[in-house]
Order: sequence, then structure tokens, then C-alpha cells
Amino acid sequence: MQLRKNIATSESGFIFNPATGDSFSANPLASEIITLLKQGLSVSEIKKNIQEKYDVENGQLEKDWDDFLLQLRDANLLDN
Amino acid sequence: MSKLRYERPVIQKMNAGLMNKFGTRTEYEPVKQIDGVSVASIIKEYGSPVFVMSERTIRKTYKEAVRAFKTRYPKVQFAWSYKTNYINAVCNIFHQEGSWAEVVSGFEYNKALGNGVPGNKIIFNGPEKTNEELLLAIKNDSLIHIDHFDELYQLIEICEHLDKKPRVAIRVNMDTGVYPMWDRFGFNYENGSAWNALTKIVASGKLQLTGLHCHIGTYMLSSDAYAVAVNKLSDLAFKCKSQLNASIQYLDLGGGFPSANTLRGAYLPASDTNPSIDDFAEAITNAILNAGFKTDELPLLILETGRALVDEAGYLLGSVLANKRLSDGRRATIMDFGVNILFTSFWYEHKISPAQDFTHHTEDMVLYGPLCMNIDMVRESVNLPLLNRGDQVVVHRVGAYNMTQWMQFIQMRPNVVMIDESGNTHLIRKAEDLKYIEQLEEMPKHLSSISL
Ligand SMILES: Cc1ncc(COP(=O)(O)O)c(C=O)c1O
Repeated sequence: MQLRKNIATSESGFIFNPATGDSFSANPLASEIITLLKQGLSVSEIKKNIQEKYDVENGQLEKDWDDFLLQLRDANLLDN
Repeated sequence: MSKLRYERPVIQKMNAGLMNKFGTRTEYEPVKQIDGVSVASIIKEYGSPVFVMSERTIRKTYKEAVRAFKTRYPKVQFAWSYKTNYINAVCNIFHQEGSWAEVVSGFEYNKALGNGVPGNKIIFNGPEKTNEELLLAIKNDSLIHIDHFDELYQLIEICEHLDKKPRVAIRVNMDTGVYPMWDRFGFNYENGSAWNALTKIVASGKLQLTGLHCHIGTYMLSSDAYAVAVNKLSDLAFKCKSQLNASIQYLDLGGGFPSANTLRGAYLPASDTNPSIDDFAEAITNAILNAGFKTDELPLLILETGRALVDEAGYLLGSVLANKRLSDGRRATIMDFGVNILFTSFWYEHKISPAQDFTHHTEDMVLYGPLCMNIDMVRESVNLPLLNRGDQVVVHRVGAYNMTQWMQFIQMRPNVVMIDESGNTHLIRKAEDLKYIEQLEEMPKHLSSISL
């Protein structure tokens, strides 16, 4: 899973897609995930990170991950 | 090291240059208690979903309405509109405060009698009244409001065999400048039907013409319309006096004042746009005082206000069943209450508050109920904090028409709880169960057993 190349992000959770001109606001976990994706971490590494840091059960995270993927795809932020 | 609080990841598109149509964030205060009683504890004790009525709010709203009228006009009487909420405990708060009863069926009439309302303080409205119901109302000296000519003749016929003259009024419909005009109930003013009916009542010699009634619509947004109604009823009253020698003792202006709920599709919240009860009181009492009645002949002003007196006092507490994403990317949240018990979601954009803390991140979503039916949509588009399965919410202003128009459809109707003025909770209507639902069914013998 890969983000589109030139997506701009800020620490405050602002996301800008220059290709479409759309901007988005991300909550802290969403912007953390996006940062890790940009750093090139794999999906399983990111999930592991989250579970170590946050109080969340595996099933919940899986469900929310799938949903987040749909949001990214819907927002045209994913490559392919 | 303890772990951080988790909130699921979300991104939300920002519409540059467009105002957020969902308004400011102040709407999203969590509502954790009602009249000092915690939402979580009510759900724990009475289940989810559950309706909650605030006795304190009912009494306060009622007293404010009475004050608005009585400080402007000497003779005012409210009659509680049973169809708006006829759970007996709710009715009896209004009756304790001094309200009469306004009913529109024999069923409601008997409910009012059962609550202890004296017959002569019951107003019997509506297009259907059977002979037995009319006889009972006559015996009890109730105020019978005639809806159509067939009913007028029915009543005259009943009275052929009685030596008692029932007290009657007619319901008048009219053009008040508000459209669509409600002309299906009562007798029309402009085309002369109302005057014709009044003439026939007096000519029959069997009935005591006592009052004039109208109910010009519901959720009325113009106080001027009531002034027009007063003028037309007053005109009839003067004609009754001068041409029929009948003195009209009361003008019943019906109900119709809006509550603070926002109508579906409205651009601004109702609290910003709707006239207040004082505006209506001012328009109505001014019109009567200036209509030309002699001081000692001022009619009693009767009001059958429904939703404006009870909507605010009702809450629906519920829980999130599930979250999902629709094919077009919109988020959908499924609640454990639907249009079966929240009938007014067809009219209103109900305000919904989470009952627990949340962050400032929000999502646009559609809120569905639990019914396996496409119509079951509570809010078509609402911006709320991130809700998770099991989270609790409070739906505001549901006291009017839901606890009477709710349906037993797919799900059963839940508990209704009242919080009294000291903060004690009382169950005022039990949740239905299978046995209750099936107790009226009968099984033909040949269908009583199956084998699969
Ligand atoms: C005759 C009559 N009176 C009073 C009411 C109460 O109306 P509202 O709830 O709009 O005040 C109604 C409701 O439709 C009605 O039909």
C-alpha cells in the first residue's frame, strides 16, 4: 500500500493533494499513519506500532484499518 | 507505561471557501445527564433505547406559557391535547397544573375520564364520534366541537330523545394567509358554511351554542395568522349575538405553536427563526382585546397547545450498534432506535448529542435505525464526533407525538421513564414484550400446529 508521491502533509494533520487540489484534515492517528506510510514502513509494521502505543484491541484496529483504507482510496490519496 | 487513548483514524475533506453548513462546534457538548440523572445510569437500569420525560421541564414550560397569556388577557384556559402525548403520567402533570383535556376520539375521551378529568372540562374534537360517545359526552356536559354537517344532524337526532341540551361549538376553517390551508376539518368561514352551521344549531333548539373553535395548522411560523383567525371568529361571534341572539362564551384557538425543533431542510436552526410563545400570546390577546367585545363580554380564550408544551421535555436515549461505510464513501452509523419509535424524524432534524467525552474530530454521516427497511433513517446528514459501537447518545426534543405515533414494527416499543422534580426516576410505561404484542391474536385450530 502506497501513498501518491507528491501528497503534502503537515504536523497539524493537514493533507493536500496537488493533483486534485483537494485538502483534508486528519485526526492524530490518521496523520501518524500517513507519516509512517511516507517514511516507507510496511502495513504490518505500522499496525504493530499502533498496538504498542495505543489502547486498542486487534479486532477493532483491523476493522478501523480497513475503513481507513477506504477513506484514503475515496480521497484519491493512494497509488493505484 | 500505560497506553494512549485510542481514536480511530479519520480524514475529512475540507471545502475551501464554503461555510460549514453544520454550524459551530458548540452543538457538540456531550450530554451526560438529564435533570441531574446520568444517562449511563438510566440506560443501565431501563435499557437502551429508552424515552425520558422531564417533569421539571413540563411544569416550567407550561407555567411560562400560562404566564405569557394570563399577563395579557384575563380569561385563559389551556386544554391538554391528548394526541400529542397521552401517557397518563404526562397528562396528569398538565391536569395538576390546571389544564383541561382536549381529545379527538372516544379512546382519548375515556383516557381523560380515567385520569379524573371532570366531563365538563373535556373538549371533544375530531371528525369521528359515535352515538355512544356523543351520549356519554352529553351526559358529562362536555364541550362537543362539531366537525361537519353529518355530525351536526347526528347530534340533533340524538337530542330528539333527550331532555338535555349539549354544549356545542363548531370548528371553523379559514384562510389565514398560511398555505396549504387546513380546510378538511370543520366548516369554512369564507364560503359561508360556518355561518350556515351556526344558524342551524340555533334553529334546531336542541343544542346550546357555547363557543367557536379553530386549529389553523401545526408548527405555525406566523403569529399574524392567529390574529387573522381571532378576527374571523370574532366576526362570527358578533353575528351570533346580533342575528341569532346567541352569546359565544369562548374562542378556542386550537394548537399549532412550534417547538424549538428544526424542520428537515430548514436552513437555520428553529431557535433562530421561530416566534416565541410571547409573540403568539401578544398577537392573539391583542386581536381579541381590539375586536370590539364589551369588557364584561370578553370571551374565555382556550388554547389546545400540544408540541410547544411537551417537545422540549422528552429525550430519547440510545446506543450505537455499528458503523459502516457506504458505496459512495459516506459513513453510516446504525443506532438501536429508528423511525418506528422516533416518528418525528420524518419532520425534524433532531439534535443528537453523544453522552460521553470525545475529541474535536467529527465526521459527516447518515444515521440509520435498526429496522431492516429502507425508510429507517434518523438523520440524512449529520456531523458528529467519532462514534463507536456501544457509545450512547441523547436525542433532544422528542416529547411531542412520538409516544403516541410510534409503531410496533419489527421492534417493540421501549420503556418510558419520568424524572420527577427531586431527581427520582419512575417507569411510566413498560417496554412491550412478545406476550403483550400477541395477547390480542387468535389462532384458528387448524393452524395451531406445524411440523417442519
Ligand atoms: C384540534 C387540535 N387541537 C390541538 C392540536 C395540537 O397541536 P400542536 O401540537 O400543533 O400544538 C391538534 C394537533 O394537530 C389538533 O388537531
